[in-house]
Amino acid sequence: MNEPLIDGPSILFLIFAAITCLSAVAVVVSQTVVRMAFWLVLSLGSAAALFFLADADFVGAAQLLIYVGGTLVLLVFGVMLTASGPYLKIATSPGETILGAAVALLFMFVVFSAVSGVEWPTDNLTRSVAFNPAGNTLRPLGLSLLGTRPDQDLPDSDQLSPGYLLPFEIVSVHLLVVLIGAAYLARAKRRSAI
Amino acid sequence: MWATQTIAEFLGEYCSAYFPKSLGPNFQYAVAAIIHAVLLVHVFAVCPGVFIWLERKVSGRIQDRLGPTRTGGLFGWLQSLADGIKLVQKEDLCPPAADSLLFRSAPYFVCVASFAAFMVLPFSAGWVAVAADCGLFIILAVLSLEVFGIIMAGYSSGSKWSLFGGMREAAQMVSYEIPLAICALVPVIAAGSLNLGEIGGMQRGGIQNWFLFHNPFAFIAFFVYFVVATASCKRAPFDLAEAESELVGGFHTEYSGIRWSFFFMGEYASMFAVCCIASVLFLGGWNTGIPPLDDALYAARNASASGEGSAIVGYLANVLGAFVFATKASLGVFVQIWLRWTLPRLRIDQVMTTCLKYLVPISCFLFLGATLWPLLLATAAQRSTWTPDPLGNRTAAEIRESQVSATPTSPAQASVAPAAKATIQ
Repeated sequence: MNEPLIDGPSILFLIFAAITCLSAVAVVVSQTVVRMAFWLVLSLGSAAALFFLADADFVGAAQLLIYVGGTLVLLVFGVMLTASGPYLKIATSPGETILGAAVALLFMFVVFSAVSGVEWPTDNLTRSVAFNPAGNTLRPLGLSLLGTRPDQDLPDSDQLSPGYLLPFEIVSVHLLVVLIGAAYLARAKRRSAI
Repeated sequence: MWATQTIAEFLGEYCSAYFPKSLGPNFQYAVAAIIHAVLLVHVFAVCPGVFIWLERKVSGRIQDRLGPTRTGGLFGWLQSLADGIKLVQKEDLCPPAADSLLFRSAPYFVCVASFAAFMVLPFSAGWVAVAADCGLFIILAVLSLEVFGIIMAGYSSGSKWSLFGGMREAAQMVSYEIPLAICALVPVIAAGSLNLGEIGGMQRGGIQNWFLFHNPFAFIAFFVYFVVATASCKRAPFDLAEAESELVGGFHTEYSGIRWSFFFMGEYASMFAVCCIASVLFLGGWNTGIPPLDDALYAARNASASGEGSAIVGYLANVLGAFVFATKASLGVFVQIWLRWTLPRLRIDQVMTTCLKYLVPISCFLFLGATLWPLLLATAAQRSTWTPDPLGNRTAAEIRESQVSATPTSPAQASVAPAAKATIQ
């Protein structure tokens, strides 16, 4: 059987990658803040679709929940609560545009040269399918957050790899501190106002 | 033909003779995806129609009226369709003060968000469009996107009513997402899985196996979940932000015609979606709750999946499962409608107080209790559940086995799988 020139997942990848990039450009070009948020939703949503396409369900759902459902709602909330006029606009001067474009191009050059300089392993998909058959994507992730990496332990080592337990705990404690701090700040302000 | 577990398999086995080989699995998966999408769009479109009719009849009965009686025979069952046709014909208005791009696209956001939730819902054993391993997480993530459409509608209308309505609505929905997710985690602790198909399958074999009765915390969590779900669908008594039956109408004040009705389609569809989640998480999903019948249906499904028993019986078992599932979810929607026409509306500050001061602490307590419950049982009674047959009857591994063939793998995976096997050997 002759291989088709382009397969289904690649077509979907191209579509969603195009939406991601075009709406990212639209974020920069548009002037109204809420419209920027709208384009950012499209961009981040298609990035989530790319994660789903790569069988990373959890990351995709987290992308939707945190960035689209959380951060962008917060952004629009901020605009709604602080704007003095009906539609808050941000006008960029030509100098800022040139400076921004230069920084962006430089950054793109760095990323591109870094990505193209790496010899990417080609058997990633094979390895992931061997350990996560039939869309079992979550259990290995949960196990590694609990401190074991079944994909690293199994083959030829007799020692458990640490997994992501320590970073997970550090991030959890950090978030807890931030939450308590935010609650304390909000409360103190209200008391002084009364 | 009835024995094939997924539509893609069916296409691969029975239709490949009629299509040229070069199209291959990509074509197969594309057609299967389109069939799934069309089926789900119909579920999404028909449910609001039925429930809006039900809402009218129930509210009529509660207020000692008849409700719709003329359109479509005795019970007025065509009323929703007639309303829909009327709404399509109305002028599609966009106020001059509005930001037209955002104003026009906001209803689609709301609709798409609540429609996407149906993607990962299992309607019967293996009857799911995307059998994702973190199905519950995806559903909660997708349902939380609805807020964005509402904020956009409120902000872009260029009207004070819409802005205030949108802000209140968004504050309410964002706050109620927290207890909703925490309550949904209580049965997840019992199940040890976020896969909705697995969670449903584990509750087979009698009503005592439903996660509602798994522990006292899950029992309370169900009712908390239901209250929170009602509020997060912005239903009365938590609907002050729109109050469409009495006041101006909140975030959708400026909308008319079909775009206005999209908001309501989204609302009724997400009512059905949260009730489906409740049904899978707490009420046994597609399981009937009668032990002999459950076991017979399970055996019939397995037999047809392995090719030993009659295939059409297995298919009919799934149809019965889907019927049971839809009945449970529809009863949930009925209770939501019943509540709406019975209870008085809460003020917006009371709505927020109920959530942040009562429901969030209660759900945190339930979550903590549910995590401690297995330890308590293990130390006090040396067992894992209070029911006579412990989790052995419904282990995750067994259900995963039965679902492996039902899980749609991507063509890339399918092509790689043999290579992976070769490397293992």
